[in-house]
Amino acid sequence: MANIELKQVEKKFGDVYAVKPVDLTINSGEFVVLLGPSGCGKTTTLRMISGLESVSGGKIFLDGRHVTWLAPSERDIAFVFQFFALYPHMTAYENIAFPLQAEGEDKAAVTKRVDDVVELLQIKHLLEMRPGKLSGGDRQRVALARALVRRPSAFLMDEPLGALDADFRERMRAEIKQLHIDQEATTVYVTHDQIEAMAMGDRIVVMSDAEVQQVGTPAEVYYDPVNLFVARFIGSPGMNLTHGHFRDGAVNFSAESKYVPPDSWQNVLNAGLPDTGEVIAGFRPEAAEINDNGQLTGEVYASELYGAYTMLHVLVNEEDIVHIRSDRLVRHPIGTTVRFDLDPEMVRFFNPTTELAISQR
Amino acid sequence: MTNVTLQNVTKRFKDLTALKDISFAIEDAEFFVLLGPTGAGKTTTLRVIAGLEKQDEGHVLFDNEVVDALMPADRDIAFVFQQYSLYPTMTVYDNLAFPLRSPMRKTPEDKIKARIEDTAKKLHLSHLLQRKTAKLSGGEMQRVSIGRAIVREPRVFLMDEPLSNLDAKLRESLRVEIQHLQRTQGSTTLFVTHDQVEALTMADRIAVLNEGKIVQTGTPDDIYDRPATMFVAGLIGSPSINLLNASRDNGTLHIDNSPIHLPWEMHMEKVPPSFVLGVRPEDVAPNSDGEFGGEVMLIEPLGVETILHIKSGDQTLLSTVSGMTHWKMGEAIRFNIIREHLHFFERSSRNRIAVKRNE
Repeated sequence: MANIELKQVEKKFGDVYAVKPVDLTINSGEFVVLLGPSGCGKTTTLRMISGLESVSGGKIFLDGRHVTWLAPSERDIAFVFQFFALYPHMTAYENIAFPLQAEGEDKAAVTKRVDDVVELLQIKHLLEMRPGKLSGGDRQRVALARALVRRPSAFLMDEPLGALDADFRERMRAEIKQLHIDQEATTVYVTHDQIEAMAMGDRIVVMSDAEVQQVGTPAEVYYDPVNLFVARFIGSPGMNLTHGHFRDGAVNFSAESKYVPPDSWQNVLNAGLPDTGEVIAGFRPEAAEINDNGQLTGEVYASELYGAYTMLHVLVNEEDIVHIRSDRLVRHPIGTTVRFDLDPEMVRFFNPTTELAISQR
Repeated sequence: MTNVTLQNVTKRFKDLTALKDISFAIEDAEFFVLLGPTGAGKTTTLRVIAGLEKQDEGHVLFDNEVVDALMPADRDIAFVFQQYSLYPTMTVYDNLAFPLRSPMRKTPEDKIKARIEDTAKKLHLSHLLQRKTAKLSGGEMQRVSIGRAIVREPRVFLMDEPLSNLDAKLRESLRVEIQHLQRTQGSTTLFVTHDQVEALTMADRIAVLNEGKIVQTGTPDDIYDRPATMFVAGLIGSPSINLLNASRDNGTLHIDNSPIHLPWEMHMEKVPPSFVLGVRPEDVAPNSDGEFGGEVMLIEPLGVETILHIKSGDQTLLSTVSGMTHWKMGEAIRFNIIREHLHFFERSSRNRIAVKRNE
């Protein structure tokens, strides 16, 4: 399959950036997710890769070939949209076979390729039906089959699961990822759903306000977000971001809650924080552990059963609620006081003025 | 506040029976969730309680008094809908004041002011009171809708998918706010949703509705730990429970098409020779000394937990583990199946089979 390279690719409407200059290399066979809230520029970026949108500046390469000014059909790329664009008057089989027939493939070759992809997606029982008779999930499978049958050098997918209900979305998420692994097809996938991005992506490109915020593996964006936006956006719930003051080697969240960072952080914090010592500590819900002798304390604000665990929401000071993943069988009623500790390996710090992560390196 | 009882309520629309013999009792101050897929009859139930639909059979009672003959306005109910119906040209303050200024209530303005300030504080709206609602974000608008419902202290709150139109982050935070508000106010609330996460995380009790019938009523723990049918088992929990065809002989359970044979000591009389075994993903527990072997087919890291798809024989089991993991695709893996929480279902009726373990 192909690699895709973006060099200083940008899009402007008048003076306004829809996408600020992006440098990005997507490796052959990689699954890269463009993630961000609506209006962040992720779909525009995808459309520039496809050729459906022209660039305002920069260059796009497909396997080293300069394709910036080529028409979409000349780029050998397949597109899957949120809304399954199937022909209503054709059967599923005819819909899948259509792109090959349009390219003038001979009949035997078409049959073979369709059979292969039908086998892969396990949709044999749907072939004689028209799209109107299919469920949302099955329609999306047929749309996927139609994209796959061409064996393009790359797939571009724009929120293909956005219109499906939660249960189907989970199943299709796994199916698309499995398919990707089997086919090793270079894929660029756009979504606003961070769970989808985490579950599917080899790497995630987090975008906001027309700008790339961070490019990293799911573990990197989850544990080491570069700024507060990424910290909040990734994770469900997002990273705990607790306001405190760094004083005499300890971060004070309130009069009763004091966290002492390990030695390795002490100098970094002294150097990286504003003179006031104001700091935001960031940690994931599973980095906190309820413990009767814990150094930190707060009042239970709400408690949510998730099935396998309970998410406890604890008010630690006037402005911050901390989410703690806790044992499902232990109950903490609203209004009671709990104590907890943090895993020092999993605590990060942010400068509240710049909103950037303070790097240990 | 008020308790609400439905007694054998049936509702028909021409040939279609939308509700079939629905009975439940919502206790005073309880957070009661109606959960079910689209078309299950959730909204119809809500409308019957509100008096917006008249049931064909059965009764609705508030505080043990039949209210069938009362008009919606006389039932003293507050509604929160999926679509926030606010007056766009009015300020947040005037939107909140509107129900109190109604000619039926004629609340004095100083009392209105006090109530609004109190409500605004609870919902973190104090800084927005003078803003026109058209200038608010979706989450803020829905908070104002909730504020407008709670400002007048009705007997019962009815909420119809109030979070469905919000994005995931807002939904999460508003879920926590609604729960906190409801528990601290002690308001009787009926909350309708198709989202099992909302039901599990917010409810005191859940009634699962399907095709116009109540399938199961219970606490979130009951429903999660003892689903009455395969439908309920599959509906609750994310990722979904593993439902596996299985059989048994003396003291061993066999999962079909897999090398998984579970030695098993328990009262087996009620379990037929072949059945469906339900295993929650968190009960498929990877362990280097695990009893069973498989291959990691797929890894879905979600952050707070990771989903592993483990292939064992021809079966694929989902397993969830805390945090991010070190496994790689294609790797061999060993795992245990936690015996304490297994679920047994009859294949034909799809009903739960109660099984007691020998201790």
